[in-house]
Amino acid sequence: MRHHLTLRIGPATFRIGSAWPAPVAQLASLYAAYPQPSDAVADFTVRLQPTSLVRRFIRPSIFITGDHGLADAAPMSLSHGLLAAEMGMNLQMALGWRRHLLLHASSVEKDGRVLVMTGESGSGKSTLAALLGERGWRFMGDEFALLDLDSGAILPFPRLVSLKNRAIDVVAGQVGEGRMGPLLAATAKGDIRHMVPRHDAVARMGQGAMPALLLFPRFGHAADMRAVGQAEIFMRLTQASTNYVALGEPAFTALTRFVRDVPARAIDFPTGEDAIAMVERLWEEMA
Amino acid sequence: MSAALLVRALRDPASVAGLDASGWNGLIAAARAERLIGTLAFRLDGVTVPPALTPILSDARLDAAREARQALWEADRAAQALGDLGVRVVLLKGTAYAAAGLKAGQGRFIGDLDILVPVEAMAAVEQALIAAGWEWVKDDPYDDAYYRQWMHELPPMIHATRDRMIDVHHTILPLTARQTPDAAAMIADAVPVDDGLFVLSPEDRVVHAVAHMLADGDLQGGLRNLWDIHHLLADTDPDILASRAARHGLTPHVRQAQRLAAAFYGPGARLTLWDRLIRARLLARDGWGRETRKALVFAFFLRSHWIRMPPLMLARHLWTKWRKGHRPQ
Repeated sequence: MRHHLTLRIGPATFRIGSAWPAPVAQLASLYAAYPQPSDAVADFTVRLQPTSLVRRFIRPSIFITGDHGLADAAPMSLSHGLLAAEMGMNLQMALGWRRHLLLHASSVEKDGRVLVMTGESGSGKSTLAALLGERGWRFMGDEFALLDLDSGAILPFPRLVSLKNRAIDVVAGQVGEGRMGPLLAATAKGDIRHMVPRHDAVARMGQGAMPALLLFPRFGHAADMRAVGQAEIFMRLTQASTNYVALGEPAFTALTRFVRDVPARAIDFPTGEDAIAMVERLWEEMA
Repeated sequence: MSAALLVRALRDPASVAGLDASGWNGLIAAARAERLIGTLAFRLDGVTVPPALTPILSDARLDAAREARQALWEADRAAQALGDLGVRVVLLKGTAYAAAGLKAGQGRFIGDLDILVPVEAMAAVEQALIAAGWEWVKDDPYDDAYYRQWMHELPPMIHATRDRMIDVHHTILPLTARQTPDAAAMIADAVPVDDGLFVLSPEDRVVHAVAHMLADGDLQGGLRNLWDIHHLLADTDPDILASRAARHGLTPHVRQAQRLAAAFYGPGARLTLWDRLIRARLLARDGWGRETRKALVFAFFLRSHWIRMPPLMLARHLWTKWRKGHRPQ
């Protein structure tokens, strides 16, 4: 394709092709600190192509696809091209990654041990990971945590942090404009801005660590904390994984060990500051 | 063209030695788009590849092993559901190749479960599958009628809890097609595999794969179908194959498939003009895994309808689908 870029994030290499220059230029600039090997064999190909011949030029409309794609993926406006590229990479990971158990979770590390946070979109797991990443923790990822099937370690996948709606101002105020991407207004998930992780998150993106605490955060409720039974944790994590079934028995074994060995809590919180206080306290007590 | 690269790698695995990163990227993208990545991974077993390729190919082998396991389990479930009916259940395509341990099945992507049963048993088979948890996918009455009146199979069904599709065939080409294969003879000559199930005889396997590729459909997935045929041909007796092809009215198609298989994956063959058009269509895939040669691809899409039913019937069908909002891709 005319515009393209090869990008390494954690253990995965993506070859991203686009019919338009803008999405690739934005990726190249926001991922400037990441390896961008021009002569690498990629694990996945991502394509941002026009939904039809006309839509390349007139009201440009992006169809996101690649090695793995969804026939009914909703078209996106070219002004949301950066988000389309991010979604394209996520799609490849969700449908095609087989080297680790993929958990839809954010993760941060401190003192060689990992805090994993999982929940639906809107639960606050991305924002929490981003905020913790600015306060002495190493940011490992806001979308996928990779559970190693043999060692049980969590490996980083530190792509750009995708911040939505109210979280944008909270985080932008702390990290400064220099690390923020363009505002993508009125996407299907509301307003979105991407944040570049700190340097150490990128420099150490090849280093995993053992999980020490699992949290099920829920933003927008009165502060509360509950224990969660192992059966429920197991079921919720299978639902939070896109490749649990594809990996078969090794995934069952690895996930069973994770659930047995890693303490877990569900936490509700009204604001990010409350959440951070709760997380730091729980980490002291349990991890 | 990376489809040509894929064909070359399948024919001669050692040919990948000269590939640079961009060549590999094109090869992998084409293999995934053509659903031949598992097959390629098996073909490249033991060939020296760059380090980045090792995990990509081993992932593909893992996926292929799971495909085969799942497909055989679906076949086992169907055997369980239909066991009491006392009819021959013949596995077709990918599941059959896996069940019979054929070379064509190695690393092969397997989608739905396809079975062939005697036409007089269709109603009983349908009832038994519904009782065992399969349900209809098409809720449109026109689509339902389309399958039942004109096609060679029941409308597709999906299992409610396992989420896997089954296609129940009573012959191998649409009833409206110009050729009328002898399904009863195919079922009578089928050979047993595990579970009380059957697969087609070696020669009928070729005839079916050829009918599917060249007398039906628009050649989507044609590189894989031709790869199947290339390996299925190796198990046949040429005289029996010729007489079976004649009996099913598919002699020219089988001969064409033999030429194409030899040209793509074998020692080569003299191709006719029509063969060359098909070759151009089969190789329409670029280094990003995109379909190229749009006009040619669209022409084969039109042809797939043309060969499937007589013109007036086709006109009525297309008009009905158009009014329902269906548009070709």
